[in-house]
Amino acid sequence: MTQDRKSFAAWLQAAPMMLVFALFFLLPLLFVIIVSAWDYNEYEMVPALSLRGYTDTFEGCIADLPELCTILKTYLKTIELCVLTWVLTLLIGFTVAYFLAFHVRSKTWQIVLTLLCTIPFWTSNVIRMIAWIPLLGRNGLVNKGLQGMGLIHQPLEWLLFSEFSVVLALVHLFTFFMVVPIFNSMIRIDKRLIEAAYDAGATGWQTLVNIVIPLAKPGIVIGSIFVITIVMGDFVTVGVMGGQQIASAGKIVETRLNALQFPAAAANAVILLGITILIISSLTRIVDIRKEL
Amino acid sequence: MGEKRPRSFYFLALFFIAYVLFLYGPMFAIYILSFQGPDGGLTFPMNGTSLVWFSRVFSGGGIVDIGAAFKRSLELGLVVMVLTVLLSVSAGMAFRKSFRGATVLFYVAIASLIMPSIITSLGIGLEFRLLDDFVNSLGVEGWTTGMGLFTSGLGAHLTWTLPFGLLIMFAIFNRFDGRLEEAARDLGATPWQTFRHVVLPIILPSVVGIGLFGFTLSWDELARSSQAIGSVNTLPLELQGLTTTVTKPDIYALGTLTSAVSFLVIFTALIVILVLQARQRRQGSDAGKGMI
Repeated sequence: MTQDRKSFAAWLQAAPMMLVFALFFLLPLLFVIIVSAWDYNEYEMVPALSLRGYTDTFEGCIADLPELCTILKTYLKTIELCVLTWVLTLLIGFTVAYFLAFHVRSKTWQIVLTLLCTIPFWTSNVIRMIAWIPLLGRNGLVNKGLQGMGLIHQPLEWLLFSEFSVVLALVHLFTFFMVVPIFNSMIRIDKRLIEAAYDAGATGWQTLVNIVIPLAKPGIVIGSIFVITIVMGDFVTVGVMGGQQIASAGKIVETRLNALQFPAAAANAVILLGITILIISSLTRIVDIRKEL
Repeated sequence: MGEKRPRSFYFLALFFIAYVLFLYGPMFAIYILSFQGPDGGLTFPMNGTSLVWFSRVFSGGGIVDIGAAFKRSLELGLVVMVLTVLLSVSAGMAFRKSFRGATVLFYVAIASLIMPSIITSLGIGLEFRLLDDFVNSLGVEGWTTGMGLFTSGLGAHLTWTLPFGLLIMFAIFNRFDGRLEEAARDLGATPWQTFRHVVLPIILPSVVGIGLFGFTLSWDELARSSQAIGSVNTLPLELQGLTTTVTKPDIYALGTLTSAVSFLVIFTALIVILVLQARQRRQGSDAGKGMI
């Protein structure tokens, strides 16, 4: 009896959080799925079963066949941005985490330097995006510098409001999501393992490949999940840094919403959700398979 | 410590410094440029220095009512902070015992964290639109919309801050010595007394950390608010709107002010955490002091 009462008390303690997630996460998700199968006209949604949201989205995908239709092109572009960002954040995040975990020896310095990496995460993303304008703009520092050195005669146009600036900003904003989980995995690695590897004659590189990377894999996967889901659904960075000219999976949803085509927006959201789940589940599978071997 | 550092240390240290410069460099560029002279533009060089752009922000000079957005974001951030702390600590305590739905709640929180923001935002927007339609169909007089800063907006922010709060609670309790609670219980403390006098003082520095996440994440939140905030805008939404229209450094001045609030909150929280930890070290243990 007391066990039951204790468990009920615990349930009550968790209930407020459950309620928030039920009202503002699960229920909304359900509405997205339901509304995605509704009909719509120019200005409102019509609660009648229709797959127009989906068929409109894939319009022309078969008719134009050798050519890719808009939605497929957009997804390919989004995945390209995603892969580029993922590779860069992983390389940078891994190196930074490795430095913090293995080369910074005092605990205090470790905390100070980790905080230094965390503080920008607590400040506004929009401001961190705007911050590139004075550096990358037509008259920005980079163009001025390169012109001053005589390397170029015309300002480089592709520095800002381009795919380059989108990826740069994404890396700038989200490498943090790689650093933290990878660092977290690395500090749990028993230092004696590494000493043992050195004693057995392994080179630094061999230790890295055979010991550190396999043991840091959970952190790498968690960081990858963060970065990939953020970039797949991103519409703010792509919008601001792409000068509202580049399409992405998240941007389609936003465009449909601005046109008040809610079922179409919901259909696109469901597609985005499906693809995101697919990527995450294959990522987690990679890790589990390795564990079995 | 006297041990010689390997060569890789210097290479990695340089890499780290480059990364930190990459993180902070652009931000400091706009902080400096917000003091641009009255004739200066959006880029270097500085054309004199002035506070013109800050006064433009305060007087509202042509751009939207920033003061109101500032106040709205501040109020929402404080409410989100308080709720994030209360709900996370409460749920975190619940996870120490087993309860029905614990695993589900954990996975839902993770899902909420990694769900693309536009989907959450769209869902909440749809939910409130359908609610409005429903209430209107009942013929309620004077109902306009349920969507607003402290209904849909608050909910949208909590789906983003609560997972962080819960994960921090997990991290705390992974390192928490449960025997302290048992000792309190054995001495006759009620569950509330145990929490108030034993658990809370120990976890307090980290709870301040949860508050820090709660406020800063809400203060800067943009993607989830975008479809779920109703007719009024928060500060980040106004800022995003300005990126496409403004060609003068007043946007930098606004960015500098917004960041100033973030930095103020971050450093206050960090100082409070340091003070609390120092107090714990001083008073945490009376072992060997001859007290009975």
